[in-house]
Amino acid sequence: MTSVRLRAQDLELRYADRVVSTRLSLDVPDGAFTAIVGANACGKSTLLRALVRLLRPAEGSVLLDERDVGSYAAKALARSLGFLPQDPLAPEDIRVRQLIGRGRFPHQPMLSLWSAEDESAVSEAMTTAGVDGLADRPVNELSGGQRQRVWVAMVLAQRTPYLLLDEPTSFLDIAHQYRLLALLSRLRDEGRTVVAVLHDINQACRFADHLIAMKDGRVVAEGAAADVVDAALIKDVFDLPAVVVPDPVTGTPMVVPTLDGRTGPSG
Amino acid sequence: MVRAGGWLVRVERRTLVLSAALAALMLGAGLLGLCYGASWATPGEVLAALGGQGESVVVIRDWRLPRVLAGMVFGLALGVAGAIFQNLTRNPMGSPDVIGLDAGAYTGALVALTVFSGGSVVLATSSVVGGLAVAAMIYLLSSGGGLSGLRLVVIGIAVSAIVTAFNSWIVLRAELEVAIAAVGWSAGSLNGVDWADLPVPFTIIAVLLALMAAWSHTMHQAALGEAVASATGVGLHRLRLLMVLVGVGCTATVTSVAGPIAFIALAAPQIGRRLAGAAGVPLLPAALTGAVLLQGADLAAQMLLAPESLPVGVVTTAIGGCYLIWLLAKEVRRA
Repeated sequence: MTSVRLRAQDLELRYADRVVSTRLSLDVPDGAFTAIVGANACGKSTLLRALVRLLRPAEGSVLLDERDVGSYAAKALARSLGFLPQDPLAPEDIRVRQLIGRGRFPHQPMLSLWSAEDESAVSEAMTTAGVDGLADRPVNELSGGQRQRVWVAMVLAQRTPYLLLDEPTSFLDIAHQYRLLALLSRLRDEGRTVVAVLHDINQACRFADHLIAMKDGRVVAEGAAADVVDAALIKDVFDLPAVVVPDPVTGTPMVVPTLDGRTGPSG
Repeated sequence: MVRAGGWLVRVERRTLVLSAALAALMLGAGLLGLCYGASWATPGEVLAALGGQGESVVVIRDWRLPRVLAGMVFGLALGVAGAIFQNLTRNPMGSPDVIGLDAGAYTGALVALTVFSGGSVVLATSSVVGGLAVAAMIYLLSSGGGLSGLRLVVIGIAVSAIVTAFNSWIVLRAELEVAIAAVGWSAGSLNGVDWADLPVPFTIIAVLLALMAAWSHTMHQAALGEAVASATGVGLHRLRLLMVLVGVGCTATVTSVAGPIAFIALAAPQIGRRLAGAAGVPLLPAALTGAVLLQGADLAAQMLLAPESLPVGVVTTAIGGCYLIWLLAKEVRRA
């Protein structure tokens, strides 16, 4: 039985008068790689934003170590939960190493003295994310894949036990997608808890220990991919007819849609 | 790792060297300002007069020095106010003079002058209230669009036009004496600033700048955007409130003494940023550039039609207006 330190209880999530989720509960297993999957606009990102307190739930609460995340001081929470949004914004003219250094903010006192620990955290994050060679480059001149790795390095420099990432693989080509997912798996192996919203169900099945499938703001299935992913779930969540076969490389479930463009949609 | 550490220090050093150079330029301009006047004084005479010796003590220490100090300190305040609002709106055009905070502060000053006819504390307070009222108005009108972006700037320009018209109306309705004073002041001017005008605004500005210096690190973290800033531990609500208060406070305090001096706040942060080669819009280069610009403009204002002294706002508006047109064209193309 894995332990749980981060959980959501009976959340109601809304933007002004648009309700996204009601009575949403889930546990994030500790030390595991959790993938959240679902169709567009099913509330995945909203859930992630609620977990890191970017969105205050109208009802219910998100608990970290049995304490409401809303009750943590901003910097204290940021030392536990690292978060990478979907398209983060780099200040004009910032360089790679400077941007990654910004991940140290929650560890620094108000007047920001740069410590030896900051220095080593940044260097380590750069090596882990594979951006050592880019230190002096302006962030806005990097390719999409490089930029994404730089942002991941910034979150790594934060040295948080939790990493929550919103669609970290979008804008990346397929090779970079797999490299990033392998990196997240490695971080999980080193003891971090990873939560990622992923678009590609097959990647989620291959890399995640724990899958959370969402539809219309609700969790419709959660558990190990092998236990929860079948044709019925894909039909339910994505409204896509498919067969599920074992992945030839890993043996995890692999979803193969039966739509082929000639026969049209079938039952 | 060591080399990388050295790199970080080098960045600091570039900002430091630039700041030292700008500070030297600022003091040099100040010295020139003390030398210049109906009769030229040599730097030696100026230094002697500052020490209380020589025959031009009254001219230099009592007439020219307050004006020079006002140009310096007000320039610092305007540069910082500009950097604050450009950070807040994430837009190089989002400066207090463009979005009408100067005009609002001027309304406050005019009200204080016509209704209360009060001293410098009343003037400063009333200016701050006017500036905050305009800030609140822009925020409400652009709500939904968020704090950042061109939308807020365009709404601010419109609000600025309305408030300026309202200011003209107040002046027209005012008694002749007040109206004459107000008109001479409406372009933004350091003419006739004397020692009695300065203690209150200098104190306010010193407090606000010290406050902002303590928060500058947090402000730069907020430049990473709402999501990343919050997730790295920035309390955005408190920070934004503080930034608006300091930005409006600086702008309004300057306006209460010198009237709305346009375009220093717009141009200084961007010039400082480019010179420093820094990320985002840093405060210290913006402040020092503001001081240099305002002093330079004031010297030009005194020299152009000498012995007549133009309001410094005429000079800054003429130069800054061209800059704003260029900036607008660039931004609209980008949006």
